[in-house]
Amino acid sequence: MKIIRLFINKEFRQFLRDPKMFVIVLIAPIIQLVFLGYAANRDLNYVNTAVYDMDKSGKSRELLRDMEGSGFFKFNDFTANYDDLEKALDDGRVLCGIVIPDDFEKNIMNRRTADIQIIFDGSDGNKASIASGYILNILNNFSSEITAEIQERSGLKRSLAGMIIPETRVWYNPNLTTRNFMLPSIVGLILIIITINMTSLAIVKEREVGTLEQLIVTPIKPYQMIVGKLVPFTILGFVSIILVLSVMRFWFGIEVKGSLTFLFVCSFVFMLSTLGLGLFVSTISRTQQQAMITSAFLVIMPMIFLSGFAFPIDSMPEAIQYLTYLIPLKYFITIIRGIVLKGLGFSELWKDLLTLFLMGAAILTVSSLRFRKKLE
Amino acid sequence: MKSIEVKNLTKKFGDFISVNDISFDVYKGEIFGFLGANGAGKSTTIKMLCGILEPTSGDALVSGFSIDKDPESVKKNIGYMSQKFSLYGDLTVNENLNFFGGIYGLEGSILEKRKDWALKISGLENKGNILTSTLSVGFKQRLALGAAVMHEPKIVFLDEPTGGVDPVSRRKFWDLIHEISDKGMTVFVTTHYLDEAEFCNRIILINAGKLIASGSPAELKEEFIESTVLEIVCDDTIAVTELLSDEDYSQNVSVFGNSIHLILKKKYSENSEELDVIKRSISEKTGRQDNVKINIILPSLEDVFLNLLEKRE
Ligand SMILES: Nc1ncnc2c1ncn2[C@@H]1O[C@H](COP(=O)(O)OP(=O)(O)O)[C@@H](O)[C@H]1O
Ligand SMILES: [Mg+2]
Repeated sequence: MKIIRLFINKEFRQFLRDPKMFVIVLIAPIIQLVFLGYAANRDLNYVNTAVYDMDKSGKSRELLRDMEGSGFFKFNDFTANYDDLEKALDDGRVLCGIVIPDDFEKNIMNRRTADIQIIFDGSDGNKASIASGYILNILNNFSSEITAEIQERSGLKRSLAGMIIPETRVWYNPNLTTRNFMLPSIVGLILIIITINMTSLAIVKEREVGTLEQLIVTPIKPYQMIVGKLVPFTILGFVSIILVLSVMRFWFGIEVKGSLTFLFVCSFVFMLSTLGLGLFVSTISRTQQQAMITSAFLVIMPMIFLSGFAFPIDSMPEAIQYLTYLIPLKYFITIIRGIVLKGLGFSELWKDLLTLFLMGAAILTVSSLRFRKKLE
Repeated sequence: MKSIEVKNLTKKFGDFISVNDISFDVYKGEIFGFLGANGAGKSTTIKMLCGILEPTSGDALVSGFSIDKDPESVKKNIGYMSQKFSLYGDLTVNENLNFFGGIYGLEGSILEKRKDWALKISGLENKGNILTSTLSVGFKQRLALGAAVMHEPKIVFLDEPTGGVDPVSRRKFWDLIHEISDKGMTVFVTTHYLDEAEFCNRIILINAGKLIASGSPAELKEEFIESTVLEIVCDDTIAVTELLSDEDYSQNVSVFGNSIHLILKKKYSENSEELDVIKRSISEKTGRQDNVKINIILPSLEDVFLNLLEKRE
């Protein structure tokens, strides 16, 4: 125990003298968070829109007013002909073009079907589909208002019973902002970087510099070295979690709905896998550069891509979907989103937590054995 | 009493044999020199004895414990100073000593006493708070020595402790090695400086992984050089060396600064007719040069080793 304490003490002294580590552990998470916080804001604040209103009637203006009033559309361009509208789309000045034919109002009054044309720039499919969702919503409302109006005028005071009016409400993330969805998982991302990258670097550095050889000659036991190396990074992991949560709370206003203690427990369980992976990377790398590349490209990148952090798992090919079950980050993201956004606790998340624990125990055991074997 | 017993130790890296079936004994309390050129296999041997590398075959008893079966007990009885400086550069001198002392179980007043000693021998008194990476090579080596013997192990392994420093520092370092030896520790030291062998009680020489000679410096000189050695001082040593090496009477010619050491094939008495003939032949070759001197000298260990190595090739 004394030797482990000695070792941890040594690690912290080294850490405090290494400005590079300092930046990676303390500054980088904040920058990453703020950066991703804004970049991840994939939702449309508004859609730039061009309008070619051939009708210029009361009804057409009513529809446009509804659209603008929704706050999702910003009319940048009122064009006098179709070509100009097309050009605005081609140039990327607008994402959406609305064409209202000159018989729009006439058709409505005559109880005929009134058409309008909506054109989207589909190159950003995600954005386009969100925008089209908004438009459909607005058009639905508009047409049911018209129906009601016409029925009223024709004296048919029919109640709307029997009609299904969907009222969509998004839970947990009421404004559907990607930011709320993304930011909690950054806790996982940062833990990965600190524990996998930093741990493997710190161990390989000792090998590279030759101090590991010096340690092997002393009576220190491999497990003391492993614990002595991993505990400091666990502590640094917690420091960065606190940092990330604070920025989330005080900068982006995202509060942790669930229990903080439970969040820390889960983070610790998650770190078992990542520390184990860091230890493993250190056993297959000779130089710090190798460790850096191995952890970044062979461990961290696949983790991020397969965890559902970057791309939704549902949209992956089936074979790859199975692969995601092997990714600890996937479970941790489920857990952390659950705790932060939904306020879930042990009773809802125990399955993910148990899986994470079993994975961590397995990875850490295998890596420790390999580390020991490499020493002897 | 035997301190280290090496039995048929072999280390292969793939097909390459780095240490080839060597056996030798080291006795308690002696300064044991392990000599060989770069790449001869010195570090590989020392690493096997310290438990850093696993032998391919063979075994060794270090302080009575097998390096193969009981490496943990071996580690409790040794100190090791590696060829490459391997204290933490980003810790201060004191922090390094605290750490390594602590790992060996030193604490309290004993730790303080040993630390003071280590600081004293490395010439770093009152400089305990400076960062180790900022020290010069000479200080680093003495500090590494201090750290390696702070826990007063029975045996201390020093791998080329004097590499890369000036002759004065090397001399000082050897004084330290003797000081440690006086404390009763067995010192196992490797070097590729042949002249340092004279400071050892006993030495072995390895070449390309094979042991080629062992004994005390005096024994080696007697055993391997039965013939007369001449020192020839002249200006153009290179040219003369070339001329001499083809002569019937010369066995080995090597250049030492501004003189040549010529090992003859036989032992001649000082004023013998034959020796005079040889001297005249040499004078002819150095002919037009000034200040030529020819003396009979006692062979140095360097003569012995160069002679031995030459014979092998
Ligand atoms: N890990 C290794 N893998 C392959 N070859 C090695 C390794 N370590 C040492 N060698 C080779 O073994 C030989 C002896 O090396 P070493 O013991 O370091 O020599 P010395 O210390 O006498 O200079 C060298 O030729 C070296 O290249
Ligand atoms: Mg060497």
